[in-house]
Amino acid sequence: MVQLTSWRVSARVLILFAHPALQKSRANVRLLAAARDLEGVTLHDLYEEYPTFQIDVAREQALLLKHEVVVLQHPFFWYSCPALLKEWLDLVLEHGFAYGPGGTKLAGKSLLSAVTTGGPEEAYSHTGHNHFTLRELLAPFEQTARLCGMNWLPPFAIHGTHRSQSSEFETHAADYRRILGALTAGKISPSTLDTLPRLNANLGALGL
Amino acid sequence: MHSDSLLLHAFIYLLAAVVAVPLAKRFGLGSVLGYLLAGVLIGPHLLGLVGERAGDVMQFAEFGVVMMLFLVGLELRPALLWQMRGQLIGLGGLQVFGTAAAIALIGWAAGFGLRLPLAAGLILAMSSTAIVLQSLQERGQLKSPPGQAAFAVLLFQDISVIPIFALLPLLAMSDSGVGNLVASAEAPVRAGWLQATIVIGAVIGVILAGRYIVNPLFRAIAKTGMRELFTAAALLLVVAVSLVMELVGLSAALGTFLAGVVLANSEYRHELESDIEPFKGLLLGLFFITVGAGIDFGLLRAHPGLIAQLVLALLAVKFLVLLLLSRLFRLATPDGFLFSFALAQGGEFAFVLLAFAVDHRVLTTAQASPLTASVALSMAVSPMLFVINEKFVQPRFARAPKAPGEPDKIDAASQDNPVIIAGFGRFGHIVGRLLHANGIGTTVLDLDVDQVAIIRRLGIKVFYGDATRLDLLHAAGAARAKLIVIAIDDEAKAVALAELVQKNFPNLKIFARASGRVHAYEFQKRGIMNFYRETVDTSLEVGVDVMRSLGMRAHQAHRAAQLFKAHDERAVRDLAQYWEDDDAYFKHARQHIEAFERMFVSDAEGKPADADRGWDPMPPNDTSRG
Repeated sequence: MVQLTSWRVSARVLILFAHPALQKSRANVRLLAAARDLEGVTLHDLYEEYPTFQIDVAREQALLLKHEVVVLQHPFFWYSCPALLKEWLDLVLEHGFAYGPGGTKLAGKSLLSAVTTGGPEEAYSHTGHNHFTLRELLAPFEQTARLCGMNWLPPFAIHGTHRSQSSEFETHAADYRRILGALTAGKISPSTLDTLPRLNANLGALGL
Repeated sequence: MHSDSLLLHAFIYLLAAVVAVPLAKRFGLGSVLGYLLAGVLIGPHLLGLVGERAGDVMQFAEFGVVMMLFLVGLELRPALLWQMRGQLIGLGGLQVFGTAAAIALIGWAAGFGLRLPLAAGLILAMSSTAIVLQSLQERGQLKSPPGQAAFAVLLFQDISVIPIFALLPLLAMSDSGVGNLVASAEAPVRAGWLQATIVIGAVIGVILAGRYIVNPLFRAIAKTGMRELFTAAALLLVVAVSLVMELVGLSAALGTFLAGVVLANSEYRHELESDIEPFKGLLLGLFFITVGAGIDFGLLRAHPGLIAQLVLALLAVKFLVLLLLSRLFRLATPDGFLFSFALAQGGEFAFVLLAFAVDHRVLTTAQASPLTASVALSMAVSPMLFVINEKFVQPRFARAPKAPGEPDKIDAASQDNPVIIAGFGRFGHIVGRLLHANGIGTTVLDLDVDQVAIIRRLGIKVFYGDATRLDLLHAAGAARAKLIVIAIDDEAKAVALAELVQKNFPNLKIFARASGRVHAYEFQKRGIMNFYRETVDTSLEVGVDVMRSLGMRAHQAHRAAQLFKAHDERAVRDLAQYWEDDDAYFKHARQHIEAFERMFVSDAEGKPADADRGWDPMPPNDTSRG
């Protein structure tokens, strides 16, 4: 197996992390720890930066320009993201910056959703409790990426966090770290991924 | 019991001051009168504790006046001085020449000829900088409009001493001195143009030194970290400037005043102030004592009628001229009286000028002595004039006796603003700037002259005036405005203003700053529910930052503070009804505190908290949501 640390950073990764009550989290807190000291990865904790929702748009846009991969990491509350991340999308992805005439600043970058769900993977199917697959439910994010000219990656997802044991979280966290490392090294190419239901479904298939 | 022992003298002067001044203050007479009385008490005519040395002490004590002017200069930035130029030259000039002319006229009519009365007039036009400034400062009136006007006049007098020194010899009975434009008693005789060049050169030298030498020097001294060295340097500065000025024939007081103005922008201004201040206080006190001790009771006993007439005439003439000028320069009537009472006495320069006049045979000793005695007596009674003004004259102008000056005229454009802000200090000005930045028209009223001056310099339009006056509220457009923000410091006045608004402008919505809970209850009692306790938000911000620095998540800390605020605002509104009843109040207050803390306790134990349950993980067996 290739040592992550020996990879050269060819793409910088920006994690936009949103969790309104991290003190209650079990999954995200571990993912965060796994991502924290990776070379080439910038961890941007939105609820810590903007507890009053007063987002500094210019600063956020500048941050986007410095990175090639943007990760939206958050719990999948009510089939969507926590309120502050929605506010962030609304304000930061401005007309003329992210889309519309002249709005090409994000074109060619990649967007990855990294979400945790309480329900098990089976619930996210046409026959399951939630009636839609996770990829279908993430359609607003996928379309956001498309409108901005970004490459949409299959989501990194951890299902069934309600019932998971600590050891399972550790495995997921290690996978997350490995995938983030591969992204910084440019080892994951969007063209081969389109068929995957989720990025961490089979790390072997990614050559990791 | 005369002794030349320095310690004994110091003991006598200090004891007299320590006993007399607190007594005088106790009876509301001000410190100046206390010092003067102390001087009379220990002077040669009562206890006779100080003898021949009193004159030496006076020379030394006059340095207190010099220091006082230095301190006044420090408070006065060059730009501010420039703003005063109209008053300085107009008001000051008219006072000196008007008074001199009036006295000369009276003397001429009384058959003294023209020369003698004119010389006396110029000399007696001087007022006592020391007494007036000290008295005004003590009453906090130095920066009020009449205080500023008085200061301008005093400054002009100080400046005019120089040409008066030059003029007096021209009025001499013989021809001695004519043609010699002597600038001061001690100064060597020089040609006019040379003297002028030297004077201007010295002034420029002081300005340049203040600009370029003093700051680096003080920085070097400050680096040594020795406090007393700094004090020594500050004293050295004042003494050096005085010496230079006396050398070129300018008054030391004027020179140090100039030095003070130059240093008003210096970073060491506050250190200089606090270093010089105690010396000034002591020396000035000493100065007043020597004036008291120097009153010639012998002459007074010999010609009581003459001296009394002279003192009364002096005060009356000066007072009337001043009152006339205060009208001419549009001071409000009560301000005009303060201004006139303040400057009606003779000044310490008169002593020097009288001695000089005798030396140059302008006056005979027999003529000068009664004048010297009258000036001293007029100085002695002038603290009483202040008291008379306060106790008997000002109360006649019943309205807002504390408010210095007339309110500003509020222009028509400002009368249509939807918002009135009463009080534009540290609270109101933040509200005002926020509104202004968002294009909301505000009419701002403030009754602190200094504050108004500062805000105007920031380029913000403010009207000087007392918002608790109904006529001013009308003028500010209260009948048409939508709401008023009451942001004045004085708690009782804020409530009074709210009542006034409720009674006269029922449609004007009130947003009131409350200093704390009790003040908030006062507003609630009157049905004003838009009250804002001024420290709540800042305290919560401190709490939030403390919790964050201890590791709490920013958003969690923020929400905890918001929760606290909502709870506390509810509690204040609920507790208002129990405020009059002590037991019920504290019982309910305890209940509110306990209820609030329970909310957090349940959260810490992992049980569902009030507001955040939506972010909890689902119960293990429930997959009904996402």
